[in-house]
Amino acid sequence: MKLAALACLLVAFPLVGGEFYVNLASQIFIFAIFAASINLLLGYGGLATLGHASYLGVAAYTSALLGLKLGLGHWIAAPAALLGTTLMACLFGLIALRATGLGFLMLTLALSQVLWGTAYRWVALTDGDNGLRGLSRPFHLDDAASFYYFALAATAASLWLMARFVGSPFGAALRGTRDQPRRMSALGHNVWLIRWVSFVYAGFWGAVSGLLFVYYHKYIHPISLSLTNSAEGLLAVIAGGSGTLGGPVVGAAIVMLLKNYVSAYIERWNTLLGLVFVLIVVFMPEGVVPGVKRLWLRFASRT
Amino acid sequence: MRIANLTHGALFMLGAYLGVSILKLMPNLWVAALLGGLAVAAFGGLLERFILRKLAGNILGQVLVTLGFAYIIADLCLVVWGGDPIPIPTPEFLQQPLRVAGFAFPAYRVAVVVLSVLVGMALHLLMERTRLGAMIRAGVDDMQMARAVGIPVSKLFTLVFCLGAGLAGAGGVIGGPIMSAYPGLDADMLPLALIVVILGGVGSLAGAFAGSFITGFVYTFGVALFPQLAYVILFLPMIFVIAFRPRGLFGKFAA
Repeated sequence: MKLAALACLLVAFPLVGGEFYVNLASQIFIFAIFAASINLLLGYGGLATLGHASYLGVAAYTSALLGLKLGLGHWIAAPAALLGTTLMACLFGLIALRATGLGFLMLTLALSQVLWGTAYRWVALTDGDNGLRGLSRPFHLDDAASFYYFALAATAASLWLMARFVGSPFGAALRGTRDQPRRMSALGHNVWLIRWVSFVYAGFWGAVSGLLFVYYHKYIHPISLSLTNSAEGLLAVIAGGSGTLGGPVVGAAIVMLLKNYVSAYIERWNTLLGLVFVLIVVFMPEGVVPGVKRLWLRFASRT
Repeated sequence: MRIANLTHGALFMLGAYLGVSILKLMPNLWVAALLGGLAVAAFGGLLERFILRKLAGNILGQVLVTLGFAYIIADLCLVVWGGDPIPIPTPEFLQQPLRVAGFAFPAYRVAVVVLSVLVGMALHLLMERTRLGAMIRAGVDDMQMARAVGIPVSKLFTLVFCLGAGLAGAGGVIGGPIMSAYPGLDADMLPLALIVVILGGVGSLAGAFAGSFITGFVYTFGVALFPQLAYVILFLPMIFVIAFRPRGLFGKFAA
């Protein structure tokens, strides 16, 4: 019931909202997929990654380069980008999952910094700091409303599939490896394999968000691969509440609204971002969604 | 100490910029390095005492908070010192190249190598040969037991964090004549530092030295031979080490 009401609201939104708000909503959707894919690792696998922008950026760059340099259409470029990025996630998973905890975090960060540096320096391929421009959207979705519906459909499908993944027995096993890795291993589960499959799965959804990202902006810059982008995704997950299905979406909306509104008034977006990081960790470590839920339960039990 | 600290690149940059300002007042690089290091150490101490202390054991919290501070520092450096790279002059008596057996070496770089070896040896002696070092190691290995036998672990950790921050700051000033101070220096330094630590192993000074030698060599040759792919080449030794020795070359425990 609630979901149906939400769906009606979202479908009706472009009919009433202005173009600026419709575009902002599309950006929130794209960022929500990205944050939800980080949440798979962080919230359900207990694996804190600081390199998830790699998948977003590499998928975006691959699709852009295939279109620009080889003149391939979206029908070939998009699956090729998804496949290539997922294969890269397979490889990165082999390296990064040699460690857990802090080591995992440092490895994912180092790997993504390598890609970022390469995108910056390999001017012949990526045009460095200028970024790649002159890209197109598939299906001629050039006005705000039609792209909004495209992004909405893609986001709904992605979130539904990710929710299915988390709710499946495999998802339960993944949560098991988060809470009791040794016990899971004693019960005969292959902890490493569970983590690796989840890593690759999260990488795939990162790639999906990357494709939507490059379709939306029709432009790609190395900053999409940067630590800032990974960190903003991580912030969205933690702000919204990691390990919950709705959390990353709420967090993505918070971060995107902050970024779009506040940066229009304040030039020092990075300082603000840093402050938000510090404040959230110090004052609301559990995130907004669980925090509100807890308050709601307290309120409901009182009446 | 097992604290995830992502401010180190930013502290390095802060040190470099502070060095620029101090050098305007008194033109002596070594004094600037000392003062810059002290200032950054004080900042690091405050950060540890008032923020990180509350997040002991919470790796993710530490990462996010230090990352947040890294952004704030980098942004404020941009406000204070502007966006243009600021070169730091090489001290005069080290400007002549050093000639040994027909080869010319830039004297300043030789001095930096000597200094870094000295610092490394001093750190090694501090950690392995003094009572203070033994107390720090005890605190890292078993904090509760160390506290029970009367070691002031909290004070020591603040001290160690100050020391680390101060070294990063002083490193920024000393690296200044080679790299100069520019926005983005922090983002350039952080992956290098991380790779060094991953290569060498966490909690090992010898590892940090071996790691930085390998990284330095590979990066320098990589930049000279394949400038566009330097980052990829930089990362190859890391893959090999991680594949065969997940805890790094000299690491005592897995990172």
